[in-house]
Amino acid sequence: MPRAVPGGLHNDAGVIVPGPAATYDLGKLHGGLRLTAHKSASTGLSIQSPPLPGQLILPIDQHVGEPAQPLVGIGERVLKGQLLAEPAGTLGAPVHASSSGRVVAIEPWPVAGRHGDPAPCIVIECDGQDRAMDSWEEPIPYAELPAETVLQKILQGGIVGLGGAVYPTAQKLMQAVSGNLEYLILNGAECEPYISCDDMLMRECAHDIVSGAQILLHALQLDAACIVVESDKPDAIQQLAAAMTNVGDERLSLRQIPTIYPSGGEDQLVQLVTNREVPSGGLPTDAGCLVQNVGTAAAIHDWLQDGEPLISRITTITGDGIARPMNVRARIGTPVAELVEFAGGYTESARHLVIGGPMTGKSVSTDRVPLVKATNCVLVMSERPSIGPELPCIRCGDCAAVCPVQLLPQQLFWYACADNEKQLREHGLTDCIECGCCDLVCPSHIPLTYDFRMAKARIRELEDEKARAERARRRFEARGDRLQREQREREAELARQKDRARQAGPDAIAEIMKRKQRDGD
Amino acid sequence: MEFERREAPYLAPAANVARMMQQVLLALVPAAIAHVWFFGPGLVFNLVVAAAACVGGEALMMRLRGRPPMRALSDYSALVTAALLAFALPSLTPWWVTATAALFAIVVAKHLYGGLGFNIFNPAMAGYVAVLVAFPMQLNLWVAPRMGDIDYQFLTVLQTLTYTLTGSLPDALGYDEISRATPLDAMKSGLNDMRTTAEIRSLPVMGDFGGVGWEWIGNFIAVGGIWLMIRKVIRWHIPLGVGAGLLIPAGIMWLISPGSEPSPGFHMFSGAALLCAFFIATDPVSAAASPKGRLVYGAGIGLLIYAIRTWGADVDGVAYAVLLMNMAVPAIDRITRPRIVGHGRDGRSP
Repeated sequence: MPRAVPGGLHNDAGVIVPGPAATYDLGKLHGGLRLTAHKSASTGLSIQSPPLPGQLILPIDQHVGEPAQPLVGIGERVLKGQLLAEPAGTLGAPVHASSSGRVVAIEPWPVAGRHGDPAPCIVIECDGQDRAMDSWEEPIPYAELPAETVLQKILQGGIVGLGGAVYPTAQKLMQAVSGNLEYLILNGAECEPYISCDDMLMRECAHDIVSGAQILLHALQLDAACIVVESDKPDAIQQLAAAMTNVGDERLSLRQIPTIYPSGGEDQLVQLVTNREVPSGGLPTDAGCLVQNVGTAAAIHDWLQDGEPLISRITTITGDGIARPMNVRARIGTPVAELVEFAGGYTESARHLVIGGPMTGKSVSTDRVPLVKATNCVLVMSERPSIGPELPCIRCGDCAAVCPVQLLPQQLFWYACADNEKQLREHGLTDCIECGCCDLVCPSHIPLTYDFRMAKARIRELEDEKARAERARRRFEARGDRLQREQREREAELARQKDRARQAGPDAIAEIMKRKQRDGD
Repeated sequence: MEFERREAPYLAPAANVARMMQQVLLALVPAAIAHVWFFGPGLVFNLVVAAAACVGGEALMMRLRGRPPMRALSDYSALVTAALLAFALPSLTPWWVTATAALFAIVVAKHLYGGLGFNIFNPAMAGYVAVLVAFPMQLNLWVAPRMGDIDYQFLTVLQTLTYTLTGSLPDALGYDEISRATPLDAMKSGLNDMRTTAEIRSLPVMGDFGGVGWEWIGNFIAVGGIWLMIRKVIRWHIPLGVGAGLLIPAGIMWLISPGSEPSPGFHMFSGAALLCAFFIATDPVSAAASPKGRLVYGAGIGLLIYAIRTWGADVDGVAYAVLLMNMAVPAIDRITRPRIVGHGRDGRSP
């Protein structure tokens, strides 16, 4: 009998119930916002396949951790699925060629990365033949392999968290296995407006997700997985329920959660599903849960069952700046400009290009940036209506009412302005998940999230500075100790010599004096 | 193609301060109409004087502080202060009294503390208390409400305007002929004269719960306040806190000794209790921050109103109650800070 998630959607036999799932009560999550979804614009068409691009730009740090080490040289011919760069250090993921062609450059290129600066990329001139490796593999009988082998295999697929955090999946799983794990949660909430790539994936590839979930359960040696979907995706829920009924795996369950932003945040999802809080500064594993995006599960299936490493992903091209919003399955490394062109190009009103969603995405200045493993959405927005200048905070408290972590943003803002590090810590600045809810309800139009990001960076800086100062202090003290020790040793040596001389008697001293005098002459 | 960069989130915020303040003003309109109906046009003149002084004072202070005056004026907060003052002052008030209150509110209570968002004290209440101390005589002059009292001399619009401008009554009238004790005054002096509440309640100024006229204004204030709650301009915590803080002790005392204690209904519908619960105490700047803190803050105000009315020298006590609780806000905020998700009750991880 599999362990049921508390209050889960099982019937008495512990089997998932297909069909409309029960909605979860809101009480478990503090605050949040009901945002206009804007998702239907991009869900009208099925997932489209854009043509192969002329060039693929593959950053070597598409994941959290150390950048991968390139294995190929300029001019080298590569095949689709070929390993281009291997992980370095303890945390990282490999990068594979998304199509066949020739490496023409390894150079810095603008990316929508975590730091905003150009990042080193491997540039491939595609030959258009899309030739795959000979070793394009047969399905792996993972169920017969030990869990460690499956984990190693997942590492080789270059798979990272596709929800946007791009944490290397294999390492996340390995870290989780060592803990006290109870549930695997597959995140299909997709709570941010505009984005619909997970929705489309669940509608069209529900079987891959379910299969991925089974692989994950095996790799983790777990017996309870829960696929969680927001209530505004009835089609996805139906497809998943059908796929699960088809597979008939009692370890899997399906769960519907209310459509509220940010229910899809890892910690928030754990809270909604299990009513457990992830401790401050901790991970979901501290609450006995491991959260994986549904896209990641499908990618694991693609790699272990179809032999295809992570060389493509589904991404949503949308926004009022896009002529024909849609979801595409595009090769990693495709320039965003080509994807936009495929989606009908820009409209007259296109002003801002955002990689990611409208709440947490990253605004970039050029569409030369490539699609990377993290890119779940390409959002082109029109000019935001003028909202007037930023006014002083009137402490209305609406920000506190919507904060999913139950912070007091108005107080944090006050302390951020005053640069009061102690109070910022005490009021939980580091617990802020930067969801942006407070910004949206602020009647004074204060960019709270941005201010908190800056304040966090300052605190980090201060910490670094403190660490540096501490190191310098220790060095200084060590030097002082050394000098003192040397001094002591010198004195001891001198005392020893004197002692020896004294023991040798007055004759010896006279002799020494005589020698000294002679030397002096 | 090149794009302009921005910071997340990219969606436009829905609320804005000016719209909130406009809605507060709008919510006061029904009560203002009732006020004019019962007490004559004095409120309108007070409002004009207070608005002119508040806006003028705000513009002046912004200029002195080297900031664009329009930035502060366009948030309508000065007008809300003016409207609350106009309601707090007697309908017959000479213009210099109103102007002093308004200027004290804006210049001292608001801008000397750093302007909107930084004021510790509720500006309208600070201004009101300033003139209560400076002009006690003028603030005692309440005309009688329209209540079918045929012997009573009502002032015409022109006479009211003349009084507002000059502070002098028409030759034929003295203060005694046009002013009446407010229900709270009547209650307090009646109880001091050892009369029972039932006897006092039979006076012509008394209505169903509070005083004639007053309770109708109170009804409209409650309607406006509830509309503000529905519009989410204010939240329910402070009004509930004020109501509970005032009505629970009043109710207990009334049950114990109905002959010498006014009923909770009387407390709620007389003086500025309802105005305080929905419009004065709910000023977010000078209130506590968290929901729990706001309940405490509101309850404190309600309790203090009851205490001042019962044992204090002031007959209403709303202004003092609010200002006293304003001072307690930092302490309340400290004590009622909500538990951050992922932290234990003691502030550490569970």
